[in-house]
Amino acid sequence: MSASPHAGPAGSCDVAVLGAGPAGAAAAIEASALGLRVALLDEQPIAGGQVYRAVPGIAPVRADRDRAEGDRLRSTVADANIERHFCHRVWHVERVDDEWRVHALGPEGPRTVHAAALIVATGAQERHVPFAGWERPGVIGLAAATVLIKAQRILPGRNVVVAGVGPLLLVVAKAIIEGGGRVAAIVDANARGDWFAHARDLVSRPDLVARGIGWIRTMRSHGVPMLHGHILRTVDGDTRSLRAVAAPIGRDGHPHAEVASTELLCDAVCCGFGLMPATDVTRLAGAAHAFDPARGGWHVIVDADQRCDLPGLYAAGDGAGVTGAAAAPLQGRIAASAVARDLGRMDANARGARGKKRGSVRAARFGTAMTQLASVGDGAIASIPADVIVCQCERLSRRVLDGAIDDGCATINDLKSATRCGMGPCGGRLCEDTAARLIAIRTGRTRTDIGQATGRPPLRPVDLDALAGTFDYDALPMPVPSPL
Amino acid sequence: MSNSDLRITRNVHRGAPIRFQFDGCGVDAYEGESVAAALWASGIRALPAGDGDGPPVRALFCAMGVCQQCTVSVDGVRVEACRTTVRAGLDVRSRP
Repeated sequence: MSASPHAGPAGSCDVAVLGAGPAGAAAAIEASALGLRVALLDEQPIAGGQVYRAVPGIAPVRADRDRAEGDRLRSTVADANIERHFCHRVWHVERVDDEWRVHALGPEGPRTVHAAALIVATGAQERHVPFAGWERPGVIGLAAATVLIKAQRILPGRNVVVAGVGPLLLVVAKAIIEGGGRVAAIVDANARGDWFAHARDLVSRPDLVARGIGWIRTMRSHGVPMLHGHILRTVDGDTRSLRAVAAPIGRDGHPHAEVASTELLCDAVCCGFGLMPATDVTRLAGAAHAFDPARGGWHVIVDADQRCDLPGLYAAGDGAGVTGAAAAPLQGRIAASAVARDLGRMDANARGARGKKRGSVRAARFGTAMTQLASVGDGAIASIPADVIVCQCERLSRRVLDGAIDDGCATINDLKSATRCGMGPCGGRLCEDTAARLIAIRTGRTRTDIGQATGRPPLRPVDLDALAGTFDYDALPMPVPSPL
Repeated sequence: MSNSDLRITRNVHRGAPIRFQFDGCGVDAYEGESVAAALWASGIRALPAGDGDGPPVRALFCAMGVCQQCTVSVDGVRVEACRTTVRAGLDVRSRP
């Protein structure tokens, strides 16, 4: 193999990195520093992922910590010797003739990147727990709220209910207040004391704990009602003024009958129940996955060098198990070093790898504790009313899914074939976790037995005209008819 | 731009003000914004249901290209409003 950068045929490289968030950007920078030819693909116009999300043309006057960190990452990516493909949506990955082929659609049309190795750093996606009215306009994700406020500098509403579980509740509430909005209430599925159960892992990052305590103080000083141990049950009302009903739940997620619900008037609702690894690419590639609630659920299995069980396939960051933005760049660099060693470009005993691994394990402790705090008990799923929509794309209610489960659907693929659950435009990203939990609750089967939906291309809806491009009908190969 | 819009006025530099069309009506926006964010800031949070029947769908839910609920037609091409940057004169329609 050639050692000089940018040798080889067009569209071919040593390593393709999918995702330019903290993990993918670090992987690409490290791989480039190690002399590998790197292609970096991301569907956003600039690097940063979700945590450092920004858009060209909109900038704060005074950058906060995340913005400054993101700007640093973007300038390092811009300075490195990396082939950058932003605004590119990857719709298929396949292994052909000992190489990975990444098929993407960008502003100039379709592009295929050929790579000896593939690092998947596609991050996480938000988990949702359905309630009556969660499909209404005015209800958005917590992650969506951070994109609106941080990247676009737009408020989700003037008077917002922030609901769900996990650290994003405080992040979003504080950002709304700083942006000049009002938080009608924080509805937190965790009981007040749940944070103490993970205190030992949380103190590994005293800086982040201090940040969290500061956020809680902001809520107090602004008189924001904090409903701990509550979950949203209903959102109704008209387009402008919404009514949200928050009901008390126990530690197992089941509703408390003896405590009254709380009605909240608002103009927008932001909700989310933690993060799950985005496994669509690694599933499509055919890698082995495991289910671990402490890592956000289903994640691709990696070894200590971030290698998956398929040749030339690596994963880093939240996609390999949600461990947070602090662990992500370390995992990205570990993956890049492993690629260099596996391609014979670096001494197997090179220094530094062990230190990065220790750092990564330490950083992951905090992230894993946060992930565990961002989950709700099965009772919250078991108590979803029968007519609540679970699969929004196909408008399937819990009743329909329960019926199919009672008729014998025992895996997520069974449920998909029987009801079309998860077959709509979102590809199951909004409903698959809930649907799998419903199967688990009704059948007693484990999430491992219930499985994930089989990965199939396209990974996301793509415009077929754009994929096909322009062609002349005369150029199509036509078989010569055989003589009769 | 009206006082009722949801744009944060503190601590922000925005691009130049522009105007685009949504279902034939002018919508004010700033360069750099996504179509979905510009619609949201102007109070447009719902799109008519695709099949013309049933409840309206959301003009924004995940804001990151996952849910596909904000799919609109921009200059005749189906795109996610949250992954499309506004430009002056863009012709955005809720249906193809």
